[in-house]
Amino acid sequence: MNWVGHYNYWVAIFLMMSGFYVVITRGNLIKKLIGLNVFSTSVFLLYISMGKINGGTAPIYSEHTLPGQLFSNPVPHVLILTAIVVGVATTAVGLALTVRINERYGTIEEDEIRAKDDSL
Amino acid sequence: MEAAVDIVLLSLLCVTVIVIVYIRKLFCAIMLLGIFSLISASLFITMDAVDVAFTEAAVGTGISSILLLSALSLTHTRERRPAHQPYVALMVVAVTGAVLVYGTMDLPAFGDPDSAIHRHMAVRFIVDSPQEVGPPNVVTSVLASYRGYDTLGETTVIFTAGIALVALLGFNRRKEFKVRLSGAQITSVPEVPLSSAPKVPNADYLVLRIVGKMFIPLIMLFALYVQFHGDYGPGGGFQAGVIFASAIMLYAMIFNVETAMRVVTPTALRLLAVLGLLLYGGVGVLCMLLGGNFLDYNVLAHAPLHGQHLGIFLIELGVGITVFAIMVTMFYALGNRSGRSV
Repeated sequence: MNWVGHYNYWVAIFLMMSGFYVVITRGNLIKKLIGLNVFSTSVFLLYISMGKINGGTAPIYSEHTLPGQLFSNPVPHVLILTAIVVGVATTAVGLALTVRINERYGTIEEDEIRAKDDSL
Repeated sequence: MEAAVDIVLLSLLCVTVIVIVYIRKLFCAIMLLGIFSLISASLFITMDAVDVAFTEAAVGTGISSILLLSALSLTHTRERRPAHQPYVALMVVAVTGAVLVYGTMDLPAFGDPDSAIHRHMAVRFIVDSPQEVGPPNVVTSVLASYRGYDTLGETTVIFTAGIALVALLGFNRRKEFKVRLSGAQITSVPEVPLSSAPKVPNADYLVLRIVGKMFIPLIMLFALYVQFHGDYGPGGGFQAGVIFASAIMLYAMIFNVETAMRVVTPTALRLLAVLGLLLYGGVGVLCMLLGGNFLDYNVLAHAPLHGQHLGIFLIELGVGITVFAIMVTMFYALGNRSGRSV
């Protein structure tokens, strides 16, 4: 029974590690940013998984809310909501840097950039 | 049933991510990243995080894909084959993953109502926020009132990222564009040939143009609904800003980035971004001047609940304006670099 309870966390960790793998092995800068995005989305998944309560519902009161209704934890939701928007802002800065590197070096492959740097 | 949906969506996520790792065409990888975000948004809904799902669907699937594609159009579309075998990297990843899995052994089971994080702060937020803050949406109460400082900080981060992007790419540097803009403003000469001469962009895609044009006002209306209904349902300033920005981006993609830049000028966007942040900070300072703490909305009106309502309304508006302005600025900066429509 224990493994079912942790299934969500393990999948989130698998996704996280896949993103991490892309970040460290791929030399292409845009691919690296894609990996970083996968990584951050899986971290969001991990946080939201922890906020879930069995039998709970979205933390919004309405006229249909029964007394004693369980709500899932709103704190991770708030943290992740802002993290998503900040994440896209940082991705955009990364993309801007990539575009500038491409204009300067004519490539976005890491080893070619390094080779050009060394040849100077 | 819920567990089955959960497992199917998680498996889809795994498949998507494996393809993302292997595929070399960057265009496909970006599209798959969009799908990845959409599936995770569905997962967030099954886990009752409706606000997060909303944001992820708007940001991850929409804006993030568009920004990546704009950058891709400025660089190369294919990834080169890596020169060396990735055994070391695989080992590092496997070890890190194993350590993390070992760490989860101590975590409470998924959905366990008795786990530690549900017993302290969250209970207080859920039980007391209707009396203390007011909005039926607890996420809005926590975001805008209890954690108002934090949200101010995050809005500032977004603002800073926008500044960084403009500093790096600086879309005003292109001289011809400047001429075109100033010509349109000062003389209002009947459309200088410079701008009207290029053929209408996407003229061949009639359906796209007409349907897209029909959608733009609806998207804007929806964004306003999300902005002002965030107290009662999922939504709020972050989501509304992103959705409103996506309407402008749709316009820019159907017509042209330059055309869109004449409708919503970069200068106006810069002013709006500053205005939104100042509105947020200004509410905080106003609270201090009225005798409360920074961002303590209770003092804004005669009754504390009314003050909270007013304060949350204003700061959500500030967040919405800043996020909108920065998102469109980012899109302009990346989209205008190439000088052609994205």
